[in-house]
Amino acid sequence: MSIALETRNLEKHFGGLRVTRDLSLKIATGARHALIGPNGAGKTTVINQLTGVLNPTSGRILLEGTDITDLPVHKRVLRGLSRTFQINQLYPDLTPLETIGLAVSERLGRGGDWWRRMGTRDDVNAEIADTLGRFRLLDVMNDRTSTLPYGKQRLLEIAVAIAAKPRVLLLDEPAAGVPEGERKDILAAVSALPRDVTVLLIEHDMDLVFSFADRISVLVSGALLVEGPPDEVARDPQVKAVYLGEAA
Amino acid sequence: MTTNVQSDVAYHARQHGRWHWSEFAYWIAVLAVGLAFPSRYLIMTEIVRLALFALSLDLILGYAGIVSLGHAAFFGVGAYCAGLLSAHGLIDEPLLALIVSGVAAMVLGFVTSFLVIRGADLTRLMVTLGIALLLEALAERFSNITGGTDGLQGIDIKPLLGLFEFDMFGRTGFFYALAVLFVLFLLARRIVHSPFGLSLRAIKNNPLRAAAIGIPVNRRLIAIYTVAAFYAGIAGALFTQTTALASLDVFAFDKSADLMLVLVIGGAGYLYGGLIGALVFRMLQEVFQTITPQYWMFWIGLVLVVIVLVGRQRIHAAALFVPNLILKQLAGRKAVVALSDNEAP
Amino acid sequence: MTAVLTNLFDGVAYGMLLFVLACGLAVTLGLMNFVNLAHGAFAMAGGYVCAVLVNKSGWPFFAALPLAFVASAMIGAALERTLYRHLYTRSHLDQVLFSIGLVFMSVAAVDYIMGSSRIFIKLPQVLEGQFDVFGVGIGRYRLMIVLICGLLTVLLQLVLAKTRFGSRLRAAVDDPRAASGLGINVPQVFAFTFAFGCGLAGLGGALSAEILGLDPYFPLKFMIYFLIVVTVGGSSSITGPFLASLLLGIGDVAGKYYVPKMGPFVIYTIMIVILIWRPNGLFGRTAAR
Repeated sequence: MSIALETRNLEKHFGGLRVTRDLSLKIATGARHALIGPNGAGKTTVINQLTGVLNPTSGRILLEGTDITDLPVHKRVLRGLSRTFQINQLYPDLTPLETIGLAVSERLGRGGDWWRRMGTRDDVNAEIADTLGRFRLLDVMNDRTSTLPYGKQRLLEIAVAIAAKPRVLLLDEPAAGVPEGERKDILAAVSALPRDVTVLLIEHDMDLVFSFADRISVLVSGALLVEGPPDEVARDPQVKAVYLGEAA
Repeated sequence: MTTNVQSDVAYHARQHGRWHWSEFAYWIAVLAVGLAFPSRYLIMTEIVRLALFALSLDLILGYAGIVSLGHAAFFGVGAYCAGLLSAHGLIDEPLLALIVSGVAAMVLGFVTSFLVIRGADLTRLMVTLGIALLLEALAERFSNITGGTDGLQGIDIKPLLGLFEFDMFGRTGFFYALAVLFVLFLLARRIVHSPFGLSLRAIKNNPLRAAAIGIPVNRRLIAIYTVAAFYAGIAGALFTQTTALASLDVFAFDKSADLMLVLVIGGAGYLYGGLIGALVFRMLQEVFQTITPQYWMFWIGLVLVVIVLVGRQRIHAAALFVPNLILKQLAGRKAVVALSDNEAP
Repeated sequence: MTAVLTNLFDGVAYGMLLFVLACGLAVTLGLMNFVNLAHGAFAMAGGYVCAVLVNKSGWPFFAALPLAFVASAMIGAALERTLYRHLYTRSHLDQVLFSIGLVFMSVAAVDYIMGSSRIFIKLPQVLEGQFDVFGVGIGRYRLMIVLICGLLTVLLQLVLAKTRFGSRLRAAVDDPRAASGLGINVPQVFAFTFAFGCGLAGLGGALSAEILGLDPYFPLKFMIYFLIVVTVGGSSSITGPFLASLLLGIGDVAGKYYVPKMGPFVIYTIMIVILIWRPNGLFGRTAAR
């Protein structure tokens, strides 16, 4: 079994606060892995370190066996590590067409072309059309992102991450704030990813986690509590204690 | 089916970069005005120079969102470089001297861009302002080279391409400046409608997401800052070549501040903003100077305050209301091509 | 050796003056995150008020100083209520444009009313000349500045750390929403702080007529100095700006004395280097990463 993404003894301190504690994760290629934990467990901090928004205090991060700990954000993306944000991070003044176009151009290494107008490369256009179609964004592709309804913005948020054709995709609460009716669009898009794409899901909604993940890691206070297949994790007394404790 | 969608995508992706008839109209009008008022060449040249300078600021402020309080630094370097090249007879061909001056400013832009990309708005303001002040202090310190407050002596601009003498009515100067502006405008237009230009807007909109789709944010900012410095340097060199002057004023803070006003009047983030702003600014200046010759600074300040208080967007919406109305009547625009027909379920 | 000490003393006096001038800006810029390039205009207002009172109306200098404070504070309060408060949530670009506009207006207005030449304030006899302490020349006027500004600094620190208003201000700055939830009238706290900062600037302006020179271009000339104090000092406390002011004052005096030809070059270079090295200021909070 090959490992797509790995952390070795990851530590992150904010002042005196240990937000990530000696975290060693191994995520297998093609896995549907979920990272769960109560509020404040430090899940988003882990994602931010994986993607390079934050630098870990110590420890290493490996993508497909290569150390990426010191790479800047954009280089990790070009190496196949892409993410979505818990709170939409989009370009309010740009259209979905432009947003997706940028992601595709960058991936094909054509993002720095300054002598060429947008829309003049067939390979880029074909991919944009394909992505917009898959996410049902064609009808709004010329509207400014800030004017789109929330559900469409959420779809766009996921579509941008997937347009980067990641080999490892990090989903930070993809269904957050999305009404029940529109959730299936998002889930369908995620499920339709090729099997060899590795997905790490961070989610609060347990139904979603258990229907989606084939492996679950539970994070508590920045440290790994339990890891295993869903049924095992569900039965685990420690996990129950954490979640019941939180619910109480 | 898919090819249908794909060609639609291609069509709309190119939409922004397409020449609109109003743009042709604009440039024809500019040329017509230039030919119609031969007695006004000097002031028109001034407007053209200012427009180029504002275009430069628009590239970094309007597109990439870098707030600079010291853009005069590059203008000044271009101006002094052109002046020194001429005064010492190093390069006699004005066009070549112009390019060399632009490149000199560009080098400075490249070097200082590394300072500018660090830190947030406030640090950027300070660093840009600091660099301009520093250059001013340097120019003052080495007044044996720069001529100090009296200005550089002995600037003598040779005929353009060896053919066109810079005449006292400013005819050559005007058409020269206009041609330079037009060429650089075309280049800027190409740049902002390219994937590179779009990525700048993405960075301005949301740098976090920009990096997260693989855009090398810092490298792009360095690139555009360097290009903008080139433009500003050319504007400065044009100033020296068309007026045969270069003095410490070129670095002054007022210059950077006025420039912001120009861009704010015209509107940042679309290439014509600086061009229109330069015209309006110069006309305002003319009006205020006839009312109170000494205190026109007051009115310029008032304009800035009012623009900000009313809201930049609102002013432009109001200013564009009538033209938009006409445009709608004439061309029936906003007819967005309906896509629902070819959208397969 | 004594020349060094005299310079040091002059530098300290200069630095303390800068601190009083700029500490209002440290609050608006550092704490309220408002880029107010027009801060120097309030200082200039105070300076001119003092000059008119002393020179034209024959007020004693020490009676005119508080009036300079009050006048600037009132102008500040009026502008804050009518204009500034609308801009707190705007972009930095808008704030920059707005405050540059104010600077231009103030420069032209003062030029129109008072003329463009530098003005001097008639000083009482006590403050003129200098005396020697172990051979070190101490200017009487500068000694007074050190005393007044030192007192003010201590007072400020006490107000911020010990009084109810101080804790309200810190709460309002840390988290305006939570603070208003606790019943703190945040806009009022901001308005008062802004006005007080303007008042201090006005007092500083009055004191600086003798040392920095007072003319209509004062807000433009010293804008960079005020900004340096705040950005280099950082904004997490008033200690940072205070130390930065002293550094700047001593550095500028020493620079002018020892390398007069380099002019302000040294100061700008140091500022840029510091900002590159520590974008949040020498004594500021370190960034999240």
